[in-house]
Amino acid sequence: MTAARVAPVESSALREPWKDIVRQRQAVELGMWAFLASELLFFSGLFAGYTIYRSLYPQAFWEAGAETDLWYGGINTAILLVSSAVMAVVPRAARWPELGLFARTMLWLAALLGMAFLVLKGFEYREDFRQHLWPGPDFKLRIEGAELFFAFYWILTSIHAVHLIIGIALVTRLAIAGARDPEWFAETPAVRATALYWGLVDIIWTVVFVVIYLPGRGG
Amino acid sequence: MSDAVLDKTSARDESTFDKGYLGAGHTLRSWLFTTDHKRIAILYTLTLTVFFFVGGIAIALVRIELVTPAQDFVSADEYNRLFTLHGIVMVWFFLVPSIPATFGNFLLPLMLGSRDLAFPRLNLFSWYLTVIGGAFTIYVLLAGGVDTGWTFYTPYSSIYSNSHVIAAATAVFVAGFGTIATGINFIVTIHTMRAPGLTWFRLPLFVWSMYTVSIVIVLATPVLAMTLTLMMAERFLGVPIFNASEGGDPLLFQHLFWFYSHPAVYIMILPAMGVVSEVIPCFARRRLFGYDFMVYALAAISLIGFFVWGHHMFVSGQSPYANLVFSFLSFIVAVPSAIKVFNWTATLYGGQISYEAPMLYAFGFVGLFTIGGLTGLFLASIPIDVQATDTYFVVAHFHYVMVGGTVSAFFAALHFWWPKITGRMYPETWARFAAVLMFFGFNFTFFPQFIMGWAGMPRRYGSYPPEFQVYHVLSSAGAAVLAIAYLLPFAYMIWSLRWGQRAPGNPWQATGLEWQTPSPPPKHNFDRVPTVEHGPYDYHHEGYVDQKEEIAGSMQTAQTDGDQE
Repeated sequence: MTAARVAPVESSALREPWKDIVRQRQAVELGMWAFLASELLFFSGLFAGYTIYRSLYPQAFWEAGAETDLWYGGINTAILLVSSAVMAVVPRAARWPELGLFARTMLWLAALLGMAFLVLKGFEYREDFRQHLWPGPDFKLRIEGAELFFAFYWILTSIHAVHLIIGIALVTRLAIAGARDPEWFAETPAVRATALYWGLVDIIWTVVFVVIYLPGRGG
Repeated sequence: MSDAVLDKTSARDESTFDKGYLGAGHTLRSWLFTTDHKRIAILYTLTLTVFFFVGGIAIALVRIELVTPAQDFVSADEYNRLFTLHGIVMVWFFLVPSIPATFGNFLLPLMLGSRDLAFPRLNLFSWYLTVIGGAFTIYVLLAGGVDTGWTFYTPYSSIYSNSHVIAAATAVFVAGFGTIATGINFIVTIHTMRAPGLTWFRLPLFVWSMYTVSIVIVLATPVLAMTLTLMMAERFLGVPIFNASEGGDPLLFQHLFWFYSHPAVYIMILPAMGVVSEVIPCFARRRLFGYDFMVYALAAISLIGFFVWGHHMFVSGQSPYANLVFSFLSFIVAVPSAIKVFNWTATLYGGQISYEAPMLYAFGFVGLFTIGGLTGLFLASIPIDVQATDTYFVVAHFHYVMVGGTVSAFFAALHFWWPKITGRMYPETWARFAAVLMFFGFNFTFFPQFIMGWAGMPRRYGSYPPEFQVYHVLSSAGAAVLAIAYLLPFAYMIWSLRWGQRAPGNPWQATGLEWQTPSPPPKHNFDRVPTVEHGPYDYHHEGYVDQKEEIAGSMQTAQTDGDQE
């Protein structure tokens, strides 16, 4: 298998100003890690606010957390974790031309799982609106601080959804471009960068799941 | 290329716009779709110059209002919008991107001996984000402005203000991502594109300053983006975040905002320090004193700078223990800054100092930054800060750091690298005059603000008690001088593009890879990839040396470098 691995001198994935695809790949990966660090700080502003308000209003967050739909949240978490597993094989598989088609199929599968997540999320939002969980005059809960919880619920989940939409777009673009030019697909650093981004979006969701859906359960 | 010949007939000579990277295309398309880091640097320079003047006009109107104690030139509401515009434009559309996006963009690949930044298309995209953010700012300006102050404090911004808060915050949000993209590009470039032999501790300090500032940009700016998102969500969607009547905490906004905006001060000053560390050794003909410590000081400033934000909130009612810690850390962050100032002065010791315009601007930087830094220590001390909060003392302090510091260094860089960027020399006499005038005008404008601030004049008021008038008149008169000092380089730099003397590849006999290629550099930067054999600032180790001997020596070194490739 290793012998079949392509390492052309003039790679079609090589871009200015690079002279060496290996170096270019390292650079793109480092750039993506730096971007992910930036993204973590972006979300950490939200998580910091959530943590402060939760310590101020523990009871309200407990009661409000129980209002979220654990079924939707749980199934969506499972979907994203499966998509992560699917995505994890892509960067390695993509490097072998024989596995290129398989890798692209996995990309489509991940994109479909991402879309399934968004569809379920849409149904969940509709349910939340019906139950008056949008903060405002006719908000369902009366306890002080519950509206804050749901403010964070809406903002966290919607910003995560925006990230997921970007992820689906990137994955789809990669699958289409890869089918057009399999040689490029085997070499391009974009595969690994996209997979890293997808991983971050999933990891953020696991934290969202824990802080949004689990308060108020059990105990 | 025959750039090395210094000719006197440059007006009749081939235009500078036909040389090097400038000659690679003259269409609008060749500029707007370029991925050449040098051209993108020029695009940034033009954009930031426009915004510098927009912010300048806003504050000129403010200074006219403040000549008399009564509110008579603009209304109080217009006054609020003017100083807010000044703050937003100057912070996010000039100071934060200023040195990195222009000189950093232009010089980083040259200093590293590479052909371009790691991600040229991302670099162009950063510029477009800055322009889109700028377009939102212009929209805010035309639509009637925003009156929250540049800090966007809640709940005023999120609930009560009747101005264009969303558009203004969007402008900052979008431009912020442009800055993040530049930061990522720089980090990756410095890690992966150094020339053979260019090890980390052979990097010029300007490169180190770009590296540390990029890390601060990448880690701090997203927090601002989220903070503004939360503020906009509260304003636009009505969900409670900072609204105290729904149980929210307005101080949370201030904590998040200053978690970005204090490091932002270091985003502005670190590149300035990098510039000065290049200029001073060159015009003192002296190796930089304490190179290693200069690097560690940059790293220490960017690290500690993340943990001092609470000193903006001493009077907000935050816990006294938090105040103590933030006060202590604010004192600590002054230590590496002081190390840098001492090392610059030690570099001068025994040097063969000449007073070209970049050196004058660099001297201006060191003096004004020192005053700005020392008054920062006043404000880090809680009892004094309680007295001085929201007075002109604070205004004077941060203008000494940002304008006296960063803008002085920006002009030092502009003059120092102008020959490299354009292939033309600027008129030295005019430049020296402008440098001295800027120093004078700056102190004329801002020193009275220390005095009136200490006497109790609060910031952000268009009318004031008559006993402060003398200081305000001084300050406004100084601002007029400062305005002339800014317009002068604008005029003579444009003049020099056509009539300036042709610049050789290395007009200052400076070390550094950027001087080993023609001026202006060719599109691909270097004809051959340079190899680095020694550390930066390879001037004289001891100090005085005969100028001719020095030049001969450095030419020999350059020749040896060439032979070894």
